[in-house]
Amino acid sequence: MPESIPQYSVEIEQLSFSRGDRPIYTDINMRFPKGKVTAIMGPSGIGKTTLLRLIGGQIKPDSGSIVFRGHNIPTLGRKKLYQVRQDMSMLFQSGALFTDMSVFDNVAFAIREHTKLPEDIIRTMVLLKLEAVGLRGARDLMPHELSGGMARRAALARAIALDPKLIMYDEPFAGQDPISMGVIVRLIKQLNDSLGLTSIVVSHDVPEVMSIADYVYIIADQRVIGKGTPKELLINESPLVQQFMQGLPDGPVPFHYKAEDYHCELLGGIK
Amino acid sequence: MILNMFQSVGEAVFDRFAGVGRASIMLFGALFGIPNFRKGFPLFVKQVYVVGVQSLTIIMVSGLFIGMVLALQGYTVLVDYGAEDSLGPMVGLSLLRELGPVVTGLLFAGRAGSALTAEIGLMKSTEQLSSMEMMAIDPLRRVVAPRFWAGLFCMPLLAIIFSTIGIFGGHLVGVEWLGIDAGNFWSIMQSKVDLVDDVFNGVIKSIVFAIVVTWIALYKGYNAIPTADGISKATTDTVVQASLAVLGLDFVLTVFMFGG
Repeated sequence: MPESIPQYSVEIEQLSFSRGDRPIYTDINMRFPKGKVTAIMGPSGIGKTTLLRLIGGQIKPDSGSIVFRGHNIPTLGRKKLYQVRQDMSMLFQSGALFTDMSVFDNVAFAIREHTKLPEDIIRTMVLLKLEAVGLRGARDLMPHELSGGMARRAALARAIALDPKLIMYDEPFAGQDPISMGVIVRLIKQLNDSLGLTSIVVSHDVPEVMSIADYVYIIADQRVIGKGTPKELLINESPLVQQFMQGLPDGPVPFHYKAEDYHCELLGGIK
Repeated sequence: MILNMFQSVGEAVFDRFAGVGRASIMLFGALFGIPNFRKGFPLFVKQVYVVGVQSLTIIMVSGLFIGMVLALQGYTVLVDYGAEDSLGPMVGLSLLRELGPVVTGLLFAGRAGSALTAEIGLMKSTEQLSSMEMMAIDPLRRVVAPRFWAGLFCMPLLAIIFSTIGIFGGHLVGVEWLGIDAGNFWSIMQSKVDLVDDVFNGVIKSIVFAIVVTWIALYKGYNAIPTADGISKATTDTVVQASLAVLGLDFVLTVFMFGG
């Protein structure tokens, strides 16, 4: 995609958000190109999931705009927001399958809610989606009968049920064994390319993300500290970016939580 | 010191009002959307089964025992005055006016209310409600509304069933066991119990309790802190607050209905 034609699915500008007195983001700017996999990485607890919820309109920012396909999400009324959400989808960390429904009904859920299609067409649609994630044979199982990896794949099938334009993955690799991690990595890339989706992947699994992302943002300290293609980031000179990419325990992000002087505390104030 | 006390009391009061406000917004959002009967009705029926049909056993067994105890206790007092023929109206009026709606409300809070809170709280903690929102499906309409209507529909019916079985229990003890004349038992009850004053007022009470108990249960679940601890607290809150609300409102309603 030439740089001169800005084709972005989501554009975030001057976004600030705080939780109580604690600022999470201060004036951040991000752009997510159409049809690409963009990753958001950063240490735990800096609000990566919060960013996805902001894009999805589940929470409102203090200031700034989040434009998705021409709609500024924070300004939308409830009805319009629900309309816009039909074009986006999110894969939650836990999978968030509905526990009282089978895998088939989970995938069919959104189709049944939003369309008036006859059951035989819904069946075909659901089986196509389940085939894409390799779970056509597991359609009659209940969520508690699935392994962690299968549950996430089933949730993925549900997330693509209505062919969204944007799909957001919240820590898709967390807690997965190497095999299912590989499967999910491949699925994210495959689905993105074959369905022409825009994908946003929030994760802190560096190698997995680097293998599929077209563009990467690294967030820390309430702002974007590094961005670029995976190759660009590997040679980024910022010590903070390098600490994160190489997984070093201490550096600009300190190993120790803020505390008073160690010696001072142990010796009861005697230096 | 005193300032701090005022501050904390003020905060607690504001929190309470904010809670009532949030609960009202939730109920409003759930009930005053455009209903979709094609999709909503099956959900309602399923909840009627979960909330109502599955509460039948506890309601019927409790009704039977309370009716029997009421007859036994009533008889021992009334027989001293030779007034044991009044056992019928005593059992009937106690159940229809008070015990039917109130005990059903309490049992409903414990049996169905706590289950509703725990279910919705867990749906929240496992991100099922969030994922529904992201699928552009309003969880208030999809999850909260059918449960509310089911509670409202079931509790008055359960209260009527409770009273009916209770009266049958009273008959078992009074007539079959203690030997009161069956004709007297039924005919005096029939002449003393008024359809509007007693039966309808009891039903109105149970409708009010149904609204309050279901509302508290749903709000506590929807607003629960999504952790094991938070859900456990929410469930306890539901049972405690709903039970107290039933007893408190019963007094108020009784004053209005039978006080004058």
